[in-house]
Amino acid sequence: MAPPVVEVRDLRTHLVTRWGTVKAVDSVSFTVEEGETLGLVGESGSGKSMTCLSLVRLVPRPAARILGGQVLLDGEDLLTKSEAEMQKIRGRRIAMILQDPMSSLNPVFSIGMQMREPVAAYHGLRGRALAARAAALLAAVRIPSPVERLRAFPHQLSGGMRQRVVGAMAIAAPPRLLIADEPTTSLDLTIQAQYLGLLKELQERHRLALIFVTHNLGIVAKMCDRVAVMYAGRIVEMGSVRRIFTRPAHPYSRALLESIPRLGARVERLTAIEGQPPDLARLPGGCAFAPRCPHVMDRCRAEAPPETTVEAGHVTRCWLETPPS
Amino acid sequence: MPAEPGALVLPDVAAPAVPASRGRRLPVFSLGIIGLFMLVAILAPLLSPADPFEQSLRNRFKPPVWEEGGSWKFPLGTDRLGRDMLSRIIWGSRVSLAAGVLTVLLASAFGAAVGLAAGYYGGRVDAALMRTTDATMSFPVILLALILAVTVGPSFTNVVVAIAVILWARYARVIRGQVLTLMQLDFVAQARIAGAGAWRIITRHLLPNTLNTLVVLVTLQIGYVIIVEASLSFLGAGIPPPTPAWGSMIAEGREFVTSAWWVSLFPGLAILLVVLAFNLLGDWLRDTFDPKLRQL
Repeated sequence: MAPPVVEVRDLRTHLVTRWGTVKAVDSVSFTVEEGETLGLVGESGSGKSMTCLSLVRLVPRPAARILGGQVLLDGEDLLTKSEAEMQKIRGRRIAMILQDPMSSLNPVFSIGMQMREPVAAYHGLRGRALAARAAALLAAVRIPSPVERLRAFPHQLSGGMRQRVVGAMAIAAPPRLLIADEPTTSLDLTIQAQYLGLLKELQERHRLALIFVTHNLGIVAKMCDRVAVMYAGRIVEMGSVRRIFTRPAHPYSRALLESIPRLGARVERLTAIEGQPPDLARLPGGCAFAPRCPHVMDRCRAEAPPETTVEAGHVTRCWLETPPS
Repeated sequence: MPAEPGALVLPDVAAPAVPASRGRRLPVFSLGIIGLFMLVAILAPLLSPADPFEQSLRNRFKPPVWEEGGSWKFPLGTDRLGRDMLSRIIWGSRVSLAAGVLTVLLASAFGAAVGLAAGYYGGRVDAALMRTTDATMSFPVILLALILAVTVGPSFTNVVVAIAVILWARYARVIRGQVLTLMQLDFVAQARIAGAGAWRIITRHLLPNTLNTLVVLVTLQIGYVIIVEASLSFLGAGIPPPTPAWGSMIAEGREFVTSAWWVSLFPGLAILLVVLAFNLLGDWLRDTFDPKLRQL
């Protein structure tokens, strides 16, 4: 098997705030292979976005610091690169699509001017060839009459269109790894489905490794091959989508799955997860999910569970799954 | 009144008297005045009827043409040394406009650079730059100009430098505020993710998005600078005589206001007109470009 495009080992990013140090990303490890999609799910504040920003080394300074670990992109550790080297990697080898299409384009320049800049930088194109390439990229994300659209300004396009333009810029290089941080949350449902289909198609065509951040499990089921569930900065469970959806091992994943409505299922009420997301600056010792866990044991409050393999390719951090030593 | 079946009955409403105007009207008055004074300043050698420096003691304190004893030779009268007021006002427009425009350009360029750097880098850079800005803003312009005039001697350059050295702080503050808002928007993050460095983000993403504000501020401040320059010249810390400057012309006439009012009045009117025109234009630009800037 080919080596993975990205291998993250024991990544730790901390945020220093007025209320204390927050372990926003706490010993996170995962891999993504060529053409594979890893879903990153979890509540707001669980560390999904911070994990992604750590991969491109754009965590908000000075509050956030990447303290340790490795981010291997095709075997090269990005955490040891200089800032100048990182600037060459961003956009060219790792691209990212952010959440808000309304503000993700510069309002004072036309689409064409904004697209030409990265394309010129990545491919050294100029003049007509450059314009043609930009138009071709717009066509690739199914924007009708791309040549005319190059002259449009962002406010003249709809949210869905803008998000496609952002997508076109993201694949311009094309990158090895594409990170999509909730790219469809602000789009309406039909546009969402179109955009996801488009992302999938682009991924297949360019064999991109894709990290898809979302809190929508429906999208995970549709888009992803594997899924990592994050809670309080840690990956609490990771495995194939089929496995996690049918036989979740961690109580938190189970609770997440039970909180989505299913068509045709005879359930009186949806189960909500008890309690509030934890205060990350004051995490309890032991398992972070313990205060909300229905199966909590004394041991959970005392020490944090290690990563355990439930089955090949399916890992979790829960004492219930840890074989007694 | 019985309505016919199927007919829609609507109340009578008078048609709007004025058709809805398309867009905002151009500020003809202020643009006209500014244009006129600009032309006068550029064409001063051609337009001025007499040499503004030529003294003639026989023609001291000649009143304007419509007063008794006035003549077309000196349409706005003459001053204490018999120099033609109209010519002096025409030449004086050069000083006022040049001082206004130059100072504001200098101050805005420097202030915008400081604001961009402070807003972009944040943290300690921001703290240091903003404390400097605060300190600068608390220093009175007139005092600094007087110090410069006393130590280095009054000159046009000193006036421009003295005002610009203080004025930049306002630009720095406003631009920094805007940059802080812009930095929250995704396109800056997106640019960074696409591999853009600090220089590219500042010049391509932050600066162009603050240009509206800059243009509004620049226009509003030209009027202010013209007044400050006139005040300095009035106090003797500005443009040294015999160069005609509106502020010093007012000062020269102030001892004779009761007998020869025109010596002070006409340069004063010129200042009033130009400053008013710039302020009105600035207000218009602000309302058109950036309605959020009401507090400026």
